[in-house]
Amino acid sequence: MTPTDLVLVAVAGGLGAAARFLLDTLVARHNRSSTPLGTVVVNGTACFLLGLLTGWGVTHHGSGDVVAVLGVGFLGGYSTFSTASVEAARLLLAGRGAVALVHALGMLVLCLAAAVAGIALGGA
Amino acid sequence: MGDVTRPTPLLALAGLVAAGGAVGTTARALLEHAFAPAPGAWPWTTSWINLAGSFVLGALLETLLRSGPDTGRRRAVRLGCGTGVLGGFTTYSTFVVEVERLADGGHVALGAAYGLGSVVLGVLAALGGIALAAAVRRRATRGGGAR
Repeated sequence: MTPTDLVLVAVAGGLGAAARFLLDTLVARHNRSSTPLGTVVVNGTACFLLGLLTGWGVTHHGSGDVVAVLGVGFLGGYSTFSTASVEAARLLLAGRGAVALVHALGMLVLCLAAAVAGIALGGA
Repeated sequence: MGDVTRPTPLLALAGLVAAGGAVGTTARALLEHAFAPAPGAWPWTTSWINLAGSFVLGALLETLLRSGPDTGRRRAVRLGCGTGVLGGFTTYSTFVVEVERLADGGHVALGAAYGLGSVVLGVLAALGGIALAAAVRRRATRGGGAR
């Protein structure tokens, strides 16, 4: 990875993280249930877009730099695993075990489906 | 605008998250580059990144929660270090596409184990971080006689 690539990845990661914060804030403002949904929306869209990018990268040779900056940088900074884990942990600690289970597994299944759809569309 | 309870503009807070996110993303990119996962094998690098990030975020948020209201410097640390650095350091998109790539490459059982295992271990790591922060906090308040 060249220094230029790394700088681009850093800038893209910063933009991705800011986009996650703004979208999460927006979702939280409109979410009437007590279950956090912002991270689900963020991670679902991130997985769809990374799938799209991965599918596109497979069929377009020499696109490694674009895939790295957007995939590792922007989408990596945009999506988050740690917040998802802490949200499920807090639901568990609040005695909402069933909600925690649906939250954690539901996010995995939804994101996987989004990634599969993205890869299929991107590679087509 | 005109909201006296939230004097810091949303974009300034987003800037804080962006600065932290750039740091976390760079650290992850360097680690993934140095320890690139072999195709068809458990992606250890992403695993360690996500589990370590879940543990530290659990500890950080619990420490902040127990030390006072989410305003001023505490909110700055939560957004810059938590939402920014740790949120950018860990990744759900890379993780999920790794699961898909494993399954697509014929390693369905490994992909399923990696997917479910990561989610379960991530929650356990977060619980561990929360428990550690709670224990440290309890010891500090007892030892310092601050009550």
